Amino acid sequence: MMNLYTRRRIINVIGLVVSMLAMLFGLFWLCWILFTLLDHGLPALTMSVFSEMTPPPGSNGGLLNAIAGSLMMSLIGTLIGTPIGILAGTYLAEFGQRGWLAPITRFINDILLSAPSIVIGLFVYEVYVVHVKHFSGWAGALALAIIVIPIVIRTTENMLRLVPNTLREAAAALGAPQWKIVNFVTLRAARAGIITGVMLAIARISGETAPLLFTSLNNQFWSSDMDQPLANLPVVIFQFAMSPYEDWQNLAWAGALLITLSVLTLNILARVLFRQSATTH
Amino acid sequence: MNAENIANPKVVVKDLNFYYGNYRALNNINMNIAEKMVTAFIGPSGCGKSTLLRTFNRMYQLYPKQKATGQIILDGANILDPKQDLNMLRAKIGMVFQKPTPFPMSIYDNIAFGVKLYETLGKNDMDERVEWALKKAALWTEVKDKLKQSGTGLSGGQQQRLCIARAIAVKPQVLLLDEPTSALDPISTAHIEKLIDELKEDFTIVIVTHNMQQAARVSDYTAYMYLGDLIEFGDTSTVFTNPKRKETEDYITGRFG
Repeated sequence: MMNLYTRRRIINVIGLVVSMLAMLFGLFWLCWILFTLLDHGLPALTMSVFSEMTPPPGSNGGLLNAIAGSLMMSLIGTLIGTPIGILAGTYLAEFGQRGWLAPITRFINDILLSAPSIVIGLFVYEVYVVHVKHFSGWAGALALAIIVIPIVIRTTENMLRLVPNTLREAAAALGAPQWKIVNFVTLRAARAGIITGVMLAIARISGETAPLLFTSLNNQFWSSDMDQPLANLPVVIFQFAMSPYEDWQNLAWAGALLITLSVLTLNILARVLFRQSATTH
Repeated sequence: MNAENIANPKVVVKDLNFYYGNYRALNNINMNIAEKMVTAFIGPSGCGKSTLLRTFNRMYQLYPKQKATGQIILDGANILDPKQDLNMLRAKIGMVFQKPTPFPMSIYDNIAFGVKLYETLGKNDMDERVEWALKKAALWTEVKDKLKQSGTGLSGGQQQRLCIARAIAVKPQVLLLDEPTSALDPISTAHIEKLIDELKEDFTIVIVTHNMQQAARVSDYTAYMYLGDLIEFGDTSTVFTNPKRKETEDYITGRFG
């Protein structure tokens, strides 16, 4: 019988080794993906990517129309989805304690949160694209907004719940009505967390392909008309990567790298922002 | 319970019962709170002293399953009457909590927030009011050069004095202090105790405390509570030196609790 201390040390070492291996296993694939992406994407990432339109096979071109389309649809999707998400999340956290509406809303929101994005694309196709009889940037933005809403609802509610109740009580003790407590005290206290949630939502939609396939589709030419089919990075990547043409494939790599870098930047920004506010409160 | 003969009480509690759902946390409390004096509630954890304090401004109304019956009369009006305007009531009764609760805004705005709820003051008047409240709370000299900085950046003791300043800035009549020093170091505690002594010139103060020495130091009247009952209530020197009930004596001398 070895003594207790030695046994604990051995178990500790085994545990540590197993978790290190698991971490390395996970990191390995991630690094591989990133490495491949950089390897293929960096050489393809030339100035013309940002200055020229998507080309026909065999000629030179860039991704300008797709970048612009993605930015427009992501921006509009976020602008539509964020206010709805923040308001609904505020309702769930601050006003919904009594009654049945909040638990049901929360449950449905959880379903929406994990719904496959292709379903959301099909939904917008059915209710919007079919009726106007053409693909459009608006439809794409709408589909993205529907993805943004549940993410923002969830993070807003969670962040508001992290605000200590004593803060609400302190404001109530001064005689503040509830709308003032929510507006000036709790939402303010949760501000950084809510902004973080919005950023994560933007990061999520900037790589979504499936909902755009059924809604904005694609456009080979420059267009800023939201009522027409609109080029966007994910669908262009999808199309170009599957093509047999090497110059298209290279552009797909460049696009994939662009999306990855912007998502990475958004995630880092969100973290830095959240950490800063966590230390000042 | 000789405190019933307090002349000219500011607050009168009559047959007060309090429920958390079906659990009865206060049993038939009757007491008078003397005007411009300090009344302390002491007792072991869970005895109902904070619960009693929180009925004075109906704080329990934030929570669906809590309710109170009986009467708490302030200036002739029953606080517990549902027709009583809750926000106007809370303007008359300020409260400071165990943990400092600065709002996520500047020191200046922390104080102006409450004032703006009831009064429309010009910039100069508001500046004066903020300065007045901070001076009353003995914080002015420490923060006068950084009024625009966040209130959350202050030390714990300063934050608590900021909360006191915020509470008195709306010029309430009664000040409820719920264990205001239990999260603070001894120096900040001494600051706040000295402050309580000064504030009772203008305000009626009710303080809940775990610290019996603190109750003995700062209060004029002391109520000892146990399991939702008011066991003994009288002037502080009598309760601490010559308690009438054996339970009070056991608690105060440390044989119990």
